[in-house]
Amino acid sequence: MSFSDSFFAAKFGISRRDLENYLSEALSRGGDYADLYFEYLATSSLSIDESIVKSATQGVSLGVGVRVISGERTGYAYSGDLSPEKIRHAAQVAAMIAAGPSKVEKTPLEEGAKRNLYPVLTAPLETAFKERVELAQRAEKAARAYDSRIFQVQVVYADNLRQVLVATSDGSLSYDRQPLARMSVFALARDKEGPPQQGHAGGGGRYELDWFHKERTPEYFATEAARQAIVQLGAAEAPAGEQIVVLGPGWPGVLLHEAVGHGLEADFNRKGVSAFSGRIGQQVASPLCTVVDDGTIGGRRGSLNVDDEGNETQRNVLIENGILRGYLQDKLSSRILGTAATGSGRRESYEHIPMPRMTNTFMLAGESDPGDIIRSVPRGLYCANFAGGQVDITSGNFVFSASESYLIEDGKLTRPVRNATLIGNGPEAMKYVSMVGNDLKLDEGIGVCGKEGQSVPVGVGIPTVRIDRMTVGGTA
Amino acid sequence: MTFDALPEIAQSTIRQALEAGATDAECTISDGAEFSANVRMGELETLKEAGSRGAGLRVLIGQRMGSSYTSDLTPEGIRMMVRSAIDLAGLTTEDPHAGLPDADELGSIKGDLGLFSDEVAGLETDRKIDAAKRAEAAALSYDPRITNSEGGSFDSNVGGHVFANSRGFTGWYKSSYCSISAVPVAVLNGAMERDYWFTTARDFKGLEEPEYVGRKAAERALRRLGAVKVDTQKVPVIFEPRTARTLLGNLFEAVEGRSIYREASFLAGKLGEKIADSRFTLIDDGTMPRLFGSQPFDDEGVPTRRTPVIERGVLKNYLLNTYTGRKLGMKTTGNASRGITGNAGIGHGNFYLEAGDKSPEEILRGVKNGILVTELIGSGVNTVTGDYSRGAVGMWIRDGELAFPVSEVTIASTLQEMLLGIAEIGNDLEFRGSVSAPTIMIGEMTVAGR
Repeated sequence: MSFSDSFFAAKFGISRRDLENYLSEALSRGGDYADLYFEYLATSSLSIDESIVKSATQGVSLGVGVRVISGERTGYAYSGDLSPEKIRHAAQVAAMIAAGPSKVEKTPLEEGAKRNLYPVLTAPLETAFKERVELAQRAEKAARAYDSRIFQVQVVYADNLRQVLVATSDGSLSYDRQPLARMSVFALARDKEGPPQQGHAGGGGRYELDWFHKERTPEYFATEAARQAIVQLGAAEAPAGEQIVVLGPGWPGVLLHEAVGHGLEADFNRKGVSAFSGRIGQQVASPLCTVVDDGTIGGRRGSLNVDDEGNETQRNVLIENGILRGYLQDKLSSRILGTAATGSGRRESYEHIPMPRMTNTFMLAGESDPGDIIRSVPRGLYCANFAGGQVDITSGNFVFSASESYLIEDGKLTRPVRNATLIGNGPEAMKYVSMVGNDLKLDEGIGVCGKEGQSVPVGVGIPTVRIDRMTVGGTA
Repeated sequence: MTFDALPEIAQSTIRQALEAGATDAECTISDGAEFSANVRMGELETLKEAGSRGAGLRVLIGQRMGSSYTSDLTPEGIRMMVRSAIDLAGLTTEDPHAGLPDADELGSIKGDLGLFSDEVAGLETDRKIDAAKRAEAAALSYDPRITNSEGGSFDSNVGGHVFANSRGFTGWYKSSYCSISAVPVAVLNGAMERDYWFTTARDFKGLEEPEYVGRKAAERALRRLGAVKVDTQKVPVIFEPRTARTLLGNLFEAVEGRSIYREASFLAGKLGEKIADSRFTLIDDGTMPRLFGSQPFDDEGVPTRRTPVIERGVLKNYLLNTYTGRKLGMKTTGNASRGITGNAGIGHGNFYLEAGDKSPEEILRGVKNGILVTELIGSGVNTVTGDYSRGAVGMWIRDGELAFPVSEVTIASTLQEMLLGIAEIGNDLEFRGSVSAPTIMIGEMTVAGR
């Protein structure tokens, strides 16, 4: 596809010359760099509750963000109106960050290499809405059928199709069509006595709707949500204090996201406010740990052909055999630090300034058999699933909440426990990793990462891992 | 297109929806202009300025509902939005409880709530940047151990909100907001701690002085230095106002109508029961002048009001919109809340805990061995079961005094036990944002550490 056939050129008549003119306007007061981010986002969602399709919503938002960098300063403005006057006005407002005559020579825009990590012909959003309703209805039925103790089921299906165009004053022009879909199932179970318990499962990615028929069916997510709710019915209170903790494969990789990932985002490190600042080359995890952030895995929720600054995403090694190797960069940080781009500049929408963000963050597989890992623990906690986490990147302290966990006694999983929170310190916790399984698994595709008020889709993954010392916050 | 043109657009959207086959419709339009300036280490770092608007539509065809939204308010954009909502209404299920509020429930509270100051739109950029600089500078110069900073910021927003429906309601109001914040970093023996302080008001003159914001943030970061983990034990826990308000946030989730009718709350079916200590009175009030939880009508066009949620320990009311009210055989409490996308959910007005009579110092003096919680992290609160377990940062209390900083611990209990186990409520209620609480002391919780 050539530029003239691309979405914004075809639908809004935007030409290369227009883009070059807007960039010149943005640099008219002497900025060093400018970029334009055009976005057209169509979304749809539906929810089933009490076996009724209670809500269905669809809509569009569009606009352009203009950024100007002058030294370490950033000026930003946006417009929800793509008329030339409004875009020029946004460029003039963003330009105010700089003061002086224009000094940048116009660089012709060139398109970068093309690849497609999500070759989706018909995005889920472009299918008949009824097909998506039927998928959600299947999930609802399957969750209720799982066990008579399931008394409430909610299914939320949501998808979107984002068209982006990024033009930069250093001459890059890129555009991308980014489909995304996700199904979530929430189940509530109740016994004759005791409080109700909930289970949640879901997944998706940058796939055709067919993925929900062939790869991960509504029944798969429904059964998983219902199973978790039922397991919780029999759960005891979680133990409190330091324990040996074993993380199951997949979604528990959120530990890496919180304990390590955020602390390696270059903006925090450029400012010296991360617990990982200035520690490249140092041992920050056990030698068994190699952690990567990879935005190039086909179809994954966290993957992108180009990041939101027009750079190709790539596979970045963050920690190699326990040694800190690198940070995740956006354009501003790599300009200031003089480092290469890592394709990690992301933003929530055209109204937001890009920042260094994660894509799909996971630990590479090790050599241990997952069964051996559990058998090695005399007494501890096995965490199969997590609800979510948070980190204070400055102190390095992180927390995450287990939604499904079990006591390990004499090398066996015995009782399910509830209400377990894990807490640790980023650069310390990973040093206690003593076994890494050969069963790396990526999550099912439900992650949302929030940073400074901006949410972006991400992925995580981890093999079964034994951590010799971690504080568990329970009541028992 | 000015703000004054938006009510007519909302009404015309309703007309188009009815012409296209809707039996009822409602339209929300929001319009806003944002400004933000961040300063770091004395230098301006980012400057952002822009305006945006969007419209949302909900239609009913009989008892079926569909909704849509757009950021494009041109006639073509509105036409597309109407078509989208009508199309979707054909695909949802009949829901006997779906519908707009009754005509006699609609309306707006009288008088000016003082939500808008035209001063904010006219503030000079230099003055706003200067406020951010002064806040950060005050933090950096407060103590030599404050060696770094994530910056000082000034943010403001001026917006308008329009709502119209097919039962004859059209209303609008404007609002303004500004805030100053500072995020300093303190260092001791190579270990860093960060904290923040902020002030918000409807206009510039309502804000705390930038220097106060900076000093307060610096004090908070400094007192975290040298934090240690403590042994696992059961002790009294004091929540200062900033963390006490998060408990109210948890309680809100447990009293909003959707979690009640789905029986997904530990407070479902408990109306009229004593669920908290008798000094505990929790109010929702959307009518308090100037405050950030106030608005003249909710997002379904129902007047806001004052609703006692818990009165002297007894659960009195849930917070409801029209739909959840009908599901429960009750009436809306004027708590419908929605953004541009999606359907009306439930929000709170000014959601606050009434003050007690002891000062925070007196409460502290009564604790022999315990923890003052100054920050909570993580999402370990389950309002279905009431299970509570969160990461905590704070100060250890020994013999009635703050002894040393604590971090990397969790505090755990259940919301049921915490509510009944309230030992003290402070007299230090301040309205900052829309959820406000004074100091709260819980008799006993599990602190997990070493």
